[in-house]
Order: sequence, then structure tokens, then C-alpha cells
Amino acid sequence: MTYLTKPKFHHPSLPKNALGYTRRDYEAATSTLCAGCGHDSISAAIIEASFELAIEPHRVAKISGIGCSSKTPTYFLGASHGFNSVHGRMPSVLTGANLANRDLIYLGISGDGDSASIGFGQFAHALRRGVNMTYIVENNGVYGLTKGQFSATADRGSKSKKGAVNTDNAIDLVAMALQLGATFVARSFSGDKTQLVPIIKAAIAHRGAAFIDVISPCIAFNNHPGSTKSLDYVRAHNEAVNALDIMIGRDAITVDYEPGKVVEVTQHDGSVLTLRKLNDDYDPSDRLAAMNFLQQEAARGRIVTGLLYVDGEADDLHRHFNTVAMPLNQLNEPELCPGSKALDKINAGLR
Amino acid sequence: MGMKPTDISAPDYFHKVVDCQWACPAHTPVPEYIRLIAAGRYSDAYMINWKSNVFPGILGRTCDRPCEPACRRDRVEHEPVAICRLKRVAADYKDDIKDRLPKKASTKNGKRIALIGAGPASLTVARDLAPLGYDCVVFDGDTRAGGMMRTQIPKFRLPDSVIDEETNYILDLGVDFRGGTRIDSMKALLADGYDAIVVGSGAPRGRDLDIPGRKEAAANIHIGIDWLSSVSFDHIHSIGKRVIVLGGGNTAMDCCRSARRLGGEDVKVVVRSGFEEMKASPWEKEDAAREGIPIHNFLVPKEFLHKGGKLTGVVFERVKAEYDAKGRRKLVPAGEPDVTFECDDVLVAVGQENAFPWIERDAGIAFDEWGMPKVDKVTFQSTNPKVYFGGDAAFGPKNIIWAVAHGHEVAVSIDKMLHGENIAERPLPAVTVVNQKMGIHEWSYKSEIMPDQRYAVPHRDNATALSSIKAEVELGFDAKLALAEAGRCLNCDVETVFSAPLCIECDACVDICPMDCITFTENGEEGELRERLHAPALNLTQDIYIADGLKTGRIMAKDEDVCLHCGLCAERCPTGAWDMNKYFIEMTHAGPACR
Repeated sequence: MTYLTKPKFHHPSLPKNALGYTRRDYEAATSTLCAGCGHDSISAAIIEASFELAIEPHRVAKISGIGCSSKTPTYFLGASHGFNSVHGRMPSVLTGANLANRDLIYLGISGDGDSASIGFGQFAHALRRGVNMTYIVENNGVYGLTKGQFSATADRGSKSKKGAVNTDNAIDLVAMALQLGATFVARSFSGDKTQLVPIIKAAIAHRGAAFIDVISPCIAFNNHPGSTKSLDYVRAHNEAVNALDIMIGRDAITVDYEPGKVVEVTQHDGSVLTLRKLNDDYDPSDRLAAMNFLQQEAARGRIVTGLLYVDGEADDLHRHFNTVAMPLNQLNEPELCPGSKALDKINAGLR
Repeated sequence: MGMKPTDISAPDYFHKVVDCQWACPAHTPVPEYIRLIAAGRYSDAYMINWKSNVFPGILGRTCDRPCEPACRRDRVEHEPVAICRLKRVAADYKDDIKDRLPKKASTKNGKRIALIGAGPASLTVARDLAPLGYDCVVFDGDTRAGGMMRTQIPKFRLPDSVIDEETNYILDLGVDFRGGTRIDSMKALLADGYDAIVVGSGAPRGRDLDIPGRKEAAANIHIGIDWLSSVSFDHIHSIGKRVIVLGGGNTAMDCCRSARRLGGEDVKVVVRSGFEEMKASPWEKEDAAREGIPIHNFLVPKEFLHKGGKLTGVVFERVKAEYDAKGRRKLVPAGEPDVTFECDDVLVAVGQENAFPWIERDAGIAFDEWGMPKVDKVTFQSTNPKVYFGGDAAFGPKNIIWAVAHGHEVAVSIDKMLHGENIAERPLPAVTVVNQKMGIHEWSYKSEIMPDQRYAVPHRDNATALSSIKAEVELGFDAKLALAEAGRCLNCDVETVFSAPLCIECDACVDICPMDCITFTENGEEGELRERLHAPALNLTQDIYIADGLKTGRIMAKDEDVCLHCGLCAERCPTGAWDMNKYFIEMTHAGPACR
């Protein structure tokens, strides 16, 4: 934690994106989280992804609940819209905002307490409705703000900083998301931005409910030898199934990959996700296999990361509702009150 | 394979990171004294300077400031810290520091040193050796000490009072100053049995220009440095209304500005080269421009015009610059008509050279084919082991700060030699390393980066300045401006020190670093590694700090180039793997420490 703001000076060779912004333009207030917090790395990854996608900051709404993770929207995309909502209620606030204005990019920022405990129901329903969003859980397995009690994602048998053993079963949010019908499901690690940044970019480009579980070690309360969410443990047990390159637009893929080593998924917006397979047998388009694989590897004590499932044909809530293309918050009286003749017509259809 | 871990215990490693100090020939601890100025501790700041560069008040007005182009602030914001003028602040606002100076030696060691010329080189040697008990005898043809600082630098840039003060600090150390005594025979001096002789007689001969009309118009053609010294000694009080100064160095700038004050109304500088390639420092060119003096470039003097023994003008040939395949510049005729400027007087400031007519060629001192003494670049010893050269006399014209640096080294050589030691073995600098952490978010230095642009030094208004040859033009920073300018210093001597065993590779430092200096990555060869750092490290003059021994087998690579020394890496580090340590690096001068 620092009282100083980050100096405005930047590296003389700092690149600019298509909008003329540097990565630094996507930053915000200096973090007040504990030094070394994994959440800060995730913020940095979101900043990098937004810069690389050349997102206009005013087209982003970042919505969060309560907790260490939910504080982080203050620390990235300072020029974007933000809503720090009630504990566990990010998904419904986000759903409402999305329905009112479908034109924005929605970043839902939550934590394991916010999503797997108090907001578990909200989490489930936002995913099953297919709200077009990027839902990021910054998952550290503990309640950091209240000094490190086990959260609902803490693995059974893992130890607290004081040595207490967790006797409850863990909620695997990735398994839940797959089951609930999220159309983009990934897991990553705050300590591996090479993997995390492309996943965030792909999730933002995905139309539909994109869910990313990011394991984010709590340096203050959950980075000790008995933890299964420490930097060392995750590095030692990380089973990355693929590495992701994302191509925006329909550019030809120039990198040469070995045949059979690549899976390509074209999304609605034309972005092409190129997945370099790290595990030859893993197929990210097979939801059932993904669920099986996750369970098997979890039983072996492995943490599966990468883009685990993506549905290139996904739809979102607006498509299900068949809403008009114009954002609802821009509809005015002429569109909303078409007049008595139109009403008569509707009434006639109901007789 | 790949780069070796950096040995940060080698004194040069972090010395290089303090760009200003590394660039200073005398290696003055610049950030340390700037912090003291910011704290209002002017006397302390002065003493740090005095120890390193001997003439802070003089250099704070006249230094060629190699530190400023080296300043890191220049690389991150385009304008260096006004280091030179901050030095003057320390000199201007200090209290009486006489009781902080070394004391006269209570007992003499019986060794006698002769120093020829009372300029910066000789005086530095005397300053270092006299307190150790050496009998130092300084000879100079002039009656007052200071050498070229006194004779060639106009008073409106450097008042006599400043020279008197700082030369007296040295002469009062028990130095035997024999002003008005010109040495005209090295052999005779050698016969006097001195234990060592130091030649610090400068580069006293101004180059002439042998073109048609030179002899006929001689009465109105003056050699720049001779003319400046005559002005300085009050022998010359006026010059013609129309004056041409030939030459593009700092002496030319001093000449034209002096001429403006002695009656020159139409004063112009004419230079062979282009404006950018002129040898004069940019700020001296600016000072001339401020006083309404035009500079004409790419004109080579061809002939002095005269009528009845009186100079009437100068004819110039127009040239242009051409570059050969190796990028070397050649001035070739532009093929345009010649240019003639009318004038009443000409000042020739086209360079100066060494002259040693008083050193007999059979005195045991070898000279090279260009008439320069053969001098060791490290020890400054000539081929006669008792005779040393320093300042402009050693390697030709440079500037005051180089003469001071030479003087310190000559003193070390003499001190070691007269203690029977090998003078080729040079002492390492003294380094102290101190942690700067005061609290969780508190450092002993001001780590916040101020966005301020460089502050300009106030000047006397032109009308008043031009009406006197002695009125100092620059007024110096006041305390408020000095504080603001000092705040621009990035504290490059407070170093980022990394401890791999403490690091948990959480990336907090990488994420917070405003300049993208830090990368955790696989090791590789330097050229290839530099390319793939978080921000490519393309400034090859700046080192990459490498540390290995991390759990993942990666290395930490930090590009020192544009690090702001803001300490955010250390502040965001959860384990204290990054720490901010102040490196105080001080050159070892003559005395027990050098032996």
C-alpha cells in the first residue's frame, strides 16, 4: 500500500494503440491493497488487455460487489464507468445495466466470497441467462478483509495461516460455470500474465456469458506452505491445457503451428481464437469432456488452467429476448409509445 | 548461458547509475548535495562540493557541466536538472565555513613540492597535499592566484570576489604562493631539489590566423585570450564600435560579450562551422543571443581588408558541410559569392594551444611530435618521475573541472610516490551503503517525482548588464527557486537493490513500475535479452541489472536507463526483496586512504 501516486512519467518508447493511447492511459488510482496482492496483477492484466484491444474507456462498465477483489475496479480503467454494488449483487446490477444499455462492454469483477458464498445464487443466474459480460472472479480462497478465514473455494484439507485444516468441501466455480451454461469458461493465474492477458481479451471479444476464474494468491493470509492457492503451490500444480492467441478481425494467422497442435474458434465478432494445444487430447469445444477432465485432474491434485470451454456459436440474453438493436436506454417516446393506432392493432391481435 | 548476475558490490556498478556523478570528471556526489540544498543545508552542500571539486562558487558559474547532458531527467523529461546553478546556490547561501576547512599541517613532513601556475590544477594539488604536511610552493607570473579563471573568464560571469574567496581557502592552508614569479627554466627548478614538480601552466597561447592583411591590420586584430586577460587586468577599456569575433568556442562567446560592454555596438560572431557543431556550450550561445549578438555560420575568413594601416573589414568565403562515407564532416566551398563584413576591430578566438618554451628539451622530460609532454593518462607522471602535468598543460585545453580532477590524481600520485608506493596502483572510491526506509511508506529522501520543468536562472536586465564589464549577469537562483529546481532531482544515488532469495515473484514491482524497468524472464544473451524486456532496453550505455536464484529459475532483469528511483517497487514489494539503499560514493584523495 502506498500513499504516493504513480508518477506520470512513462518509458520513452511506450507503444500506443490504434486510439493513440498508451497502456498507462488505462490505469487508475494507485492500489491500496496489500503489497504483492495477486489482485493487482489481475488489474494490470485487464489494463494490458484493454490497451491491446484499443478499447475506448468510455465504452466499458466495470461492476463489482464487496471485498478485496471488488475494490480493484478503482485501480484500473480510471476513465470508464464503474458501479461498486452490494455484497454478492454484482451479477444482478450488471444484468440490469446490460439490459438497459447493450452497447457497453461489461466487466463483472468479483471474488470467491462475493461469488461463491453470499452471491452464489446471483452468480448462477447471470451465467445461465447468458448475460453478455466478462465475469472475473479473483479467487484467493480466503476472506482477506476479515483476516484470512477459509472461503467457499478453499480446498478441503488445505491449511490456514495459523494451521487450522479446512474440513468443508470446495466449490469449483469453473465446474459450476460449465454446468450452468456459460459459453466461455477459463481458469488462469495472477502470476502468469502471458496466459491471463489473452484470455481476458478473448473473453471481452466473446458475445455471451464469459467466466474467468483467476487464482490470485493472498500474500497476507494465504501464501504459506499448507495453502493450495499460494504462488508456489499453483506454479507447482498448474496444468495448462492450451495457450491462447487472439486475432481481432479476420486477419490470416501468420504464426506456423505444427498440424494438429492448433484449434481455431471464430467468434461472432469475427475474432479468431487460436489455441495452441499444450495437452494434445484436450478439446475446448467439448463441454462434457471438459467437465470430466476437470474432475479427474482435480482428483490428482492438478489445477487445470487455460481456455477450458468456448462455444463459437454462443448467444446472449438480448438475443434470447429478441430485444431491439438500439440500447433500451436510448429509446424515446416515439419508439416506446407508438400511439393508439398501434395499441389498437396489438389489442386486435389478442382478441 | 545468458547474462551473468550483476556484481553490485563493485563500486563502479551503482556509480554509473548516478549518471551525473559518473560524468563529472571529479565525481562530485551530485544528488547528495542537491538534497542538502533542498533541506536548506547550504554549508553542508558546499562542503561536499568543496571536497570533490575545490571551487564550487567558481564552477557553479562557469563549469562546462558534463553532468547535465548525462542527467537522467534529460532522458525522461528532456531537460536535465540545473545542477551547475544549484552548486552556485550552495556557494551563495552558505554560512562562514572557514572552521570546516582542513587545518594547516601542525608538523611538516619535510617534502617540498613546486607547483607552476596558480590555476585550478596546481591549486587542487596544493589543497590536497598541504594539509598532509607537504611544503607546497605555487609560482605564477600574475600577482594573484586563479590562473585562467582569473584572466580569461570575464568578470560579468565570474566576479573577482568569488575567485579570491576560493583561492584563499587553499592559500590559507599554509601554501607558499609566489605571485609575480614566472618560472622560465625547468632545469633551474629541478636543480632546486624539490621532491616533486607539478606543471599546471595551462594552454596559454591563443592561435593566430595567418591570412592576407594580418600584418598590415595588426593594430586592430587581437588574440582572444590575450585580449580577455588585458580586459581583466584593466589594461583595455574600449574597443571599436563594429567588432567581429572569429571562432565558435566559449572564448569567442566571452570575447563578443565583453566587446559589447566596452563600446562594441555592432558585434558579430563569425564561425566556420554550422551553429549546431559550434564548440561553445549551448547556454553560452544563448547568453550571447540574449545580448543581441548575431552568429554567422559557414563562413571562413579569407582576408583582412585595411586602408592606411587601419582594419576596415574581413572577407569570408561561404562554405557548406559535406559528409563522407564514414560520416566525417568536411567544409567545402559553397560556390557562392564571398561575404564582406566591415569592422573596426577583430578578436581571434579560434583555439588555443600549449607552449612550454621554458622547459628545456634536455631536462629529462620527453615530448611528442606535437610538442606535448608525454604524460601517463592515469598517474599524470611525465618521463621524469618527479615531474607531473595537470590541467590544460597535460593533454591540451579542456576546462576547469577536468583540471580539478587531474589535480586530485596528481596529488594521489605524489603522495604515494613520496611514501615509496607504486603510483600505478590507484585507490578505489570509498562507498557507504545505507538503507533509506524510515517507515512503511516513508523514505529518508523525497521519493515523490515532481513534474516541474527546468527553472530558468534570473538574469540582470540587458541594459544594466551591458553598461558594465563587471556587473554579474546571472543573478543565481533564490532559495525558493533553488528548492523547486532541487525537487526535480531523481535521487539516482538511492539505488534499487534486489535480493532474489526474498522474492516470491508476485509481479507487484513489475506492475507498479512507472517506467517498465523490471522484467522477470528467462535468461539470454545480452543483445537478445535487451530486446524482449518489458520495455526494450535500447540505450546500450546503460546497464541491465541481473539477479538469478529465483524459485522459477527465471532471472530478474532491470533496465537502469530510465528508472526514476521513486522506490515504488520497494514499497509494493511484500517481502522486502526490493530495497532502496543510498550509495555514497566518494573518490579517494591523497592521504592515508590512498596508500
